[in-house]
Amino acid sequence: MFRYFLRRTSMTAVTLSLVGIAVFLIMRMIPGDPASLMLGESATDAQLEILRSRWGLDQPLPIQFGYWLASVLSGDFGISTRTGQVVLPLILDRFAVTASIVVLAVFIAVAIAVPAGMIAAWRQNSLIDIVAVSVATLLLSIPSFWLGLIMLLIFGLKLGWVPVLGFVGFDENLLRAASFIILPVITLALIETGVLIRMARASTIEVLRLEYVTHARAKGVPEWRVLLRHVFPNAFAPTLTLIGLMLGNLLGGIAVLETVFTLPGIGRLLVESIFARDYPVVQGCLLLTATVFVLINLVVDLLYPVFDPRITVE
Amino acid sequence: MMNKANLIAGGALTGLLLTAAIIGAFWTPYDPLRLDMLNRLGPPSPVHWLGTDEFGRDVLSRLMTGATASLSIAAVTVALAITAGTIIGMLAGSARGWTARGISAVSDALLAFPGILLALTLIVIVGAGRNGIVIALAIAYLPGVMRVVRSTVLSAREKEYVEASRVIGNSELYTMLAHILPNCLAPITVLGTSMFGWAILSESALSFLGLGVPPPAPTWGNMLASSQPFFEQALWLSLAPGICISIALLGTNLLGDALRDRLDPRMAAI
Repeated sequence: MFRYFLRRTSMTAVTLSLVGIAVFLIMRMIPGDPASLMLGESATDAQLEILRSRWGLDQPLPIQFGYWLASVLSGDFGISTRTGQVVLPLILDRFAVTASIVVLAVFIAVAIAVPAGMIAAWRQNSLIDIVAVSVATLLLSIPSFWLGLIMLLIFGLKLGWVPVLGFVGFDENLLRAASFIILPVITLALIETGVLIRMARASTIEVLRLEYVTHARAKGVPEWRVLLRHVFPNAFAPTLTLIGLMLGNLLGGIAVLETVFTLPGIGRLLVESIFARDYPVVQGCLLLTATVFVLINLVVDLLYPVFDPRITVE
Repeated sequence: MMNKANLIAGGALTGLLLTAAIIGAFWTPYDPLRLDMLNRLGPPSPVHWLGTDEFGRDVLSRLMTGATASLSIAAVTVALAITAGTIIGMLAGSARGWTARGISAVSDALLAFPGILLALTLIVIVGAGRNGIVIALAIAYLPGVMRVVRSTVLSAREKEYVEASRVIGNSELYTMLAHILPNCLAPITVLGTSMFGWAILSESALSFLGLGVPPPAPTWGNMLASSQPFFEQALWLSLAPGICISIALLGTNLLGDALRDRLDPRMAAI
């Protein structure tokens, strides 16, 4: 158990260093002088010179990486060339908005999809199953931003139940904040439900065929107990991996949905910064989302033995 | 039974769009770029089947041209990702030692970025626009192809028939192409079908954000983006491109399911 823990954690450390190298190289591949990219057009020659020497831009690339890593690890992500804000608090702030939507949506999706997928699998090829699979396939074929637009049209413009534009933080007014994020949350939850139902169903079907399930039934275990105690833990493990990937992907990638609902999330920030050539913010967004993605996968890997203890055996 | 229904429905939907895209490349009812300020935001009518947009342009013509753009971008992206991914994946699968480890490390690092995020970043480097999207998406999908090919090669290269091919004196390259590569075809076909759908979705998302094909050239994504201000007065403008994207995704999803069942017998009953 401890060895498993250690191995996964050290693998994560390796991946994180690779992520660091990747972001560093990506930023250096942008045409132009790195110092003026980071300081913006208004920088004076003296400022540029200071940054060049601080980053060792006259030295070989590996040494430059060392300087860069040291500043990033100390939390110095630079200053936005567009707004002059310090990058780290800015991206954390925006990330919190995205995270609250994504976590809520995925939570709702799991609560609906896992039982639905298991029931569909349990009654495979019945009417319930066919309906569940069809609805799931349909849901995952709708682009999130389009579904968002339609939701906004129905509940925002036509019915007027929720505000169409703007955002209020949770710390300001809980109820008003909720009214801004309810539509994006439902939109996202609907689409992810589609993906998760199919996964939960497929893995449950595989487990239901195993002999220990037949054995449990044969020795007279009640059906609900067979499903909950014997089938669920095994069937949930692959779904858990998918949930991790999904969380990681969504935490970095709901820029389109944030655009539709005019939410100040991290995806929207990244897109705006790309447009404004605000490279310190672009770099910060990339580092943060990739790190979160890697860490979530680590958490999933560490949770995995809870459902499937065999995984810890070498 | 469900497999057959998937195949028919998926094939029909994909075929419908392909036909629209091919016709749209040569002929559209109207010039998709022709302005007609007298007919701004016209509702669907016998003259303009799907109405006109904020500049009086015919929506059906624009959707057809958009289909050509979206499907060709997706096709080129998938072809690039599969070709490059297969070559690198086979190298990674057959190489040993540091080369193999190096390639895996780079692909792991790329896989650590959420797909659309990686595409967004690459667009920063290669620039927005049609070619930018193709290159960025192809690179973003490449590690996925590579991983599938690599794992297939790893399991195939220990098989007896591969060993036999070497023993009778076939070159390493011939063995690779004639005996190992065919094993990769089934998983690549399945992955390629899904990737085609993702590429259409990602392209429309990037165009929606303004990072894709620039207006006035129509794509489903930028049509959807420019329809937003006219949401209440001209609903058809937002509905039409969204339905097209959904049909494309539904078609490729169903086709992908059917192909996976057919090519991977283990999955057939699921």
